[in-house]
Amino acid sequence: MSVVQIKDLTKRFGETTALQGIDLEIEPGEFVSLIGPSGCGKSTLLRIIGDLIQPTSGAASVNGKPARRARIDREYGIVFQDAVLYDWRTVSKNIALPLELARWDRRRRAAKVKEMLELVELTGFENHHPWQLSGGMQQRVAIARALSFDPLLLLMDEPFGALDEMTRERLNLELLRIWEASGSTVVFVTHSISEAVFLSTRVVVMSPRPGRISNVISIDLPQPRTATTREEPRFFELVTEVREALHLGHDIERAPA
Amino acid sequence: MTTTPTAVQPVPRGGLARLVGRRVTDWLPALVVLVGTIALWELVIRAFDVQEFLLPKPSAIARTFWNTRSDLWAAGWFTFQEAFWGFVLGSGFAIFVALVLARWRTIGSAFMPYAIAANAIPIIAFAPITNTWFSPLEKSSKISIVAVLCFFPVMVNALRGLTSVNPRALELMESYAAGQVQIFRRVRIPTALPFIFTGLKVATVLAMIGAVVGEYFGGALNALGVQILTRARVSQFQEAWAGILLACLLGIALYLAVAALERLTLRWVPSTSE
Repeated sequence: MSVVQIKDLTKRFGETTALQGIDLEIEPGEFVSLIGPSGCGKSTLLRIIGDLIQPTSGAASVNGKPARRARIDREYGIVFQDAVLYDWRTVSKNIALPLELARWDRRRRAAKVKEMLELVELTGFENHHPWQLSGGMQQRVAIARALSFDPLLLLMDEPFGALDEMTRERLNLELLRIWEASGSTVVFVTHSISEAVFLSTRVVVMSPRPGRISNVISIDLPQPRTATTREEPRFFELVTEVREALHLGHDIERAPA
Repeated sequence: MTTTPTAVQPVPRGGLARLVGRRVTDWLPALVVLVGTIALWELVIRAFDVQEFLLPKPSAIARTFWNTRSDLWAAGWFTFQEAFWGFVLGSGFAIFVALVLARWRTIGSAFMPYAIAANAIPIIAFAPITNTWFSPLEKSSKISIVAVLCFFPVMVNALRGLTSVNPRALELMESYAAGQVQIFRRVRIPTALPFIFTGLKVATVLAMIGAVVGEYFGGALNALGVQILTRARVSQFQEAWAGILLACLLGIALYLAVAALERLTLRWVPSTSE
């Protein structure tokens, strides 16, 4: 059964058509990136999958349920561009927040928080407050929080967009390690071509006005990926392929109707 | 306490030093200004032989303050109770109303313009009216005017805090399938706390003003405002000034108490430790 299933979905904001005729299926264990220029509706699509906004027509289902049911059943974790940590809570308590809401008891929460801190390599920082952490560390806390309740689906909206290149590449590797360890499915919004190619099993290329899927490219780079993956010829070929697909989408937009 | 936050910085400890917030050297300039001002005041009055009804010497005020301290304290305590209970009632009701308005936004948008307009009204002008609603001799007449005075700044600030939450933080709570009660308890109220304390600190100042000025329009004989007024009328200026000094000290004490509570509550805010 597909983790995400979207059929003929449309979203309008007033006069603007943000998304049109979106069809997408994502299988368990996939890492799918949505890439495209700003205004192509990639973040909107992510929010529709997470039931944070409603489509105008068509529907998204998660794990075979309507998106709303899946949200109420806490079947996905979400990470935004900024970490959105709760400043008044320590690192531990930030990670434990979804668990508190899911009414886990104290002992189970503590065990899970410890496990998540190990996963994102922040052991020793449990009693720090968010403002005491660097941007990269804050984002790792946000990832730990999103994964704390073992959701099958992880939704990420440009999670490393605000970080410097070096931190970003390191966190890319960490995310792949976490993805493999947790066995979850990831939908990842980005506007970095190399990031999309490096991380994904599939890259969904989107184009704007109206936002639509213009191409889907399978990334056949071997797993697990390492720092040297970025230096392989196949990596560059795929980067070129995605870049051309993006430009093609752009040309379609410019061509007279 | 002004180091920039870094990843390796230890978690700050909440000791007395942190509660006070500053080292002695940080206080020193302010202390010098205080002592200097009082010295200058004393000097100018001696040098130019200023009449006592215009402005008594600080030393004379201090002496009177000390000599009449038990009577003064009884009056001050009476008035402080009015200010304190008015502050508690007004602020408490303000926070409750802000929660209701933040929860049901249509009610909020219906009432907010009037709340902001009411905030601009010189509420103290109603003091003679509350004196007739309740007996002017009873504390309740002053408590009620103080409560109304404290209500608006706390309500406006609390509502602003409750509604100025990062939309992403709310989306996150939605993704955890959190209900409204949980969103208020875990996100909106913690976000609003710094705003609420700003309102409360404004209210502490208004509370003492409300109680003393309320008493100028009539009150019990042993009330501080009545004492100041009657002493000034019979040209006992040192006694009047001693009363004013106590009113100041009580107002500052109430303010500092709330500020200390703020520091205890908002330990997580980096700016309150600076």
